[in-house]
Amino acid sequence: MRYGMAIEVNKCVGCADCVVACQIENNVPMGYSRDWIMEHVTGTYPVLNMHFESQRCNHCDDTPCVRTCPTGASHVIEGGIVKVAQDDCIGCGACIEACPYDARYFHPDGYVDKCTFCDHRVEEGLDPACVSVCPTTCMHFGDLDNPDSEISKLINSRENFTLIPEAGTAPQIFYLK
Amino acid sequence: MGKLNRRDFIKISGGAAAGAMVTPPLTNIFQSFVSKKEKHLLEGEATKVSTVCEVCFWNCAGWVYKDRENNIRKVIGNDIDPHCNGRLCPRGTGGLGMYYDNDRLKTPLIRVKSKDGKQSFRKATWDEALDVIEKGMKNIEKKYGKESMALLFHGKTGPHFEHLFKAWGSDTMGEPAGAQCLITREAGFIATYGSGLGSPEPTDITNADCLVLLGHHIGENMHNGHVQDVSTLIDRGGTIITVDPRFSTMAAHSTSWLPIKPGTDIALLLAWMNVIINEELYDRDYVAKYTYGFEELKQHVQKYSPEWAAGITTIPAGDIYKSARQMGGGSPRTIVHPGRHTAWYGDDTQRTRAIAILNALLGAWGRKGGFYFTEKVKLPKEVHPPFPKPKWTWKNISKEKHKMAIMGITNEIMDNGLPEYKGPYKVKGMFFTATNPIQSIPDEDKIKRILENQEFIVVVDTMPSEITGYADVVLPEATYLERLDHIRTSHHKSPNIALRYPAVKPRWESKPGWWIAREIGLRLGLKDFYEWEDFEEVLDWQLKQVGSSMEEMKKLGVKHFPRKTPIYLKKDEDYWFNTNTGKIELYSTDFAEWGYDPMPTYKPHGDIPAGYLRLIYGRIPMHTFGRTLNNPYLNELKNEPKLWVNPKVARIYGLNNEQEVWLQNPKGKISSFSIKVRITERIRHNSVFLPHGFGNKGRIFVDGKVQEMHLTYGRGISDAEMISNVLIDPETGGTGMKNNFVKILTDNPYKKETTS
Repeated sequence: MRYGMAIEVNKCVGCADCVVACQIENNVPMGYSRDWIMEHVTGTYPVLNMHFESQRCNHCDDTPCVRTCPTGASHVIEGGIVKVAQDDCIGCGACIEACPYDARYFHPDGYVDKCTFCDHRVEEGLDPACVSVCPTTCMHFGDLDNPDSEISKLINSRENFTLIPEAGTAPQIFYLK
Repeated sequence: MGKLNRRDFIKISGGAAAGAMVTPPLTNIFQSFVSKKEKHLLEGEATKVSTVCEVCFWNCAGWVYKDRENNIRKVIGNDIDPHCNGRLCPRGTGGLGMYYDNDRLKTPLIRVKSKDGKQSFRKATWDEALDVIEKGMKNIEKKYGKESMALLFHGKTGPHFEHLFKAWGSDTMGEPAGAQCLITREAGFIATYGSGLGSPEPTDITNADCLVLLGHHIGENMHNGHVQDVSTLIDRGGTIITVDPRFSTMAAHSTSWLPIKPGTDIALLLAWMNVIINEELYDRDYVAKYTYGFEELKQHVQKYSPEWAAGITTIPAGDIYKSARQMGGGSPRTIVHPGRHTAWYGDDTQRTRAIAILNALLGAWGRKGGFYFTEKVKLPKEVHPPFPKPKWTWKNISKEKHKMAIMGITNEIMDNGLPEYKGPYKVKGMFFTATNPIQSIPDEDKIKRILENQEFIVVVDTMPSEITGYADVVLPEATYLERLDHIRTSHHKSPNIALRYPAVKPRWESKPGWWIAREIGLRLGLKDFYEWEDFEEVLDWQLKQVGSSMEEMKKLGVKHFPRKTPIYLKKDEDYWFNTNTGKIELYSTDFAEWGYDPMPTYKPHGDIPAGYLRLIYGRIPMHTFGRTLNNPYLNELKNEPKLWVNPKVARIYGLNNEQEVWLQNPKGKISSFSIKVRITERIRHNSVFLPHGFGNKGRIFVDGKVQEMHLTYGRGISDAEMISNVLIDPETGGTGMKNNFVKILTDNPYKKETTS
């Protein structure tokens, strides 16, 4: 079992429904966010290209955040989901520095917070909140270890990329062109 | 290396990787609204109540989920609702912010004058406020007649007040959703097919092979069903052709983008007709059987060659040929989308007529993959005595001037409230529900003169806005999550109805629209029109007439009914269109009789004045109106608009990203507030883009304290404020608002001179 995401950038309209759905689902305090949208434009008018990326923790296979955590609060659970145990977190911020994706933030209650792939929903067989609301259905969640899962088929059949692969963290969110 | 927060990170990536953050983290930090006792609430563990979203006009049906403490925790689309298919857009998902917003209007307010002449509001009881309204409306009636009290409305709260006004005896009413938005499109299609489009537009995108968008920004407008439909079109590898001066989101997802010179769309449409007719790409059987005036049209478009259009539109002739052939290749599964906000250049009925004609040539109307025939459940109207007949109505104001004024023309109703208006249809009092004319109707200076000339103004709304400050009485309305409204009867592929039921009690002293309208009605002696105490009784009766009930609808949320009529034309079916000739009128016999162009022609709109840039405005996906900007969840997604400028323009003006600038229009009007610059290739070099609805300046004083939408007050520039050149569409009276220009000011025009 290895959870991951595939996001079709050819369909994403950058509406940020994923961002607001996460905020509400996870009670993320105002002023903070676990996911966000980036807009990439290349070219010169009128020869242009653009796509949006819904970004969040990449739940990497090689996790610098977990490695740097002095208390073990940052940890990996079944399915490769990277989590922070709030009670064990001392808020030192080492993981925030270590993350190449800037996917972690200081929660005002004194711990570091980030995307959990909505593991509380996944346990119940539901998609993460961001995936479940997306109007364009450009986001897909599932088991990368299962070659027959929808997400594996998508990644295997479509040209795709990951973010900052040179960081060597083996990110598990794949953007499909 | 110093510590990086996300803002620094963006600065770095902005230079290196050319990425820009769309949803920035905020500076206004406050804790979440809901208690943390139940950290997560899964849908299966929650109680749910059916709702119909009111954050925009798409009116998606959904479920409101509540926790054990009866707090609203989320709103999620209803799986069987064809408007949303179980997936709301960001505004719908964040809709609970409309309820939780602490800047809402909380109590009735009455305007008071202090001894030194200063005016402000005082909190009032419902009885006090309703008494003032009774007196105010009766006063207008006594002095000028009931007709001189106008109603301007929007959304699902409108029908409650339409009923009130008709029962009382005034049919002087309109909504900006007409003259400032889609009336011209409706007129263009009615003149062609004898039938308008309504909402949602019956475009069969899920079965189309080719979709053409002209200045229509699916994905930025978040017309939910259509955004989803286009996504399936992309999956199927369909052709999308986007015509837009701006590199819109959909332009980026298109097969081809035609970056047109603003204001020249009719030239392109005529050239497309030219190619489609001359190369015989049109649907010959369909045109022969169902249309009227083909030979006239063929003759008419001969002079509009792609080579001719290229010089006007700046789109190369080769691209015009190519796109026309793509459209013809997809026929009849090609949709030239009619758009929605079509109030552009004052010849908008003619432009949308050209779109309607093009669709007819392609054989798209009534065809699979084109436009489907809708069907709707007809709920019986509630029983009441006949409405009194007013001496004059909105029709007298607009119908004589504009034959296609099919609904109240708000700008003309407003104009009759000017002090210099001396005609017989004077407007002396105004009643606004859920609409803010300062932002929605162009020419702010004139609107202000009109409002100042009114003897009585009532505002019913959920949020304070600019119009609130002009009111004599303000009534706080419950948000859609707290109120019952009419059943949504949508015309769609499958006839269906949806229920909006209050999920929670209204906060503070706000009340649902039906209750407010009824209370006013009772005070005006209209008991016969309100033979019920709770609006739920009316709905239950209506539902029972079609074999449902409140009880059933509370459980289902949405109910589908079997279709009785065909969804598409059958092969060789004889079909009577509701036009004079019974055919699709490529040549409009009505227009010929009324002195309008029977077939669209291209007329130039004039170029940009020297030293100015064209003002292009439009939607961003996370907001609808001024009313949504202060929704804490949506504000979090976009709290501040940016002025898009092309790098070439930035170089001329010496502008940098994030630099604060002001705008000035050719009439010398300077924007009230500043806006930050966003340098992007996505905008044409001689234009700027301004997201709609910002630049709020609605600040009121209640018992000496400021009340405003504090998350959005003073942020950005209002496009409406900058629009001074309003072009009136002769057929409908709608307002063309896209021929407007601005100059960028880099020095603060409000800076006080300091003496040394």
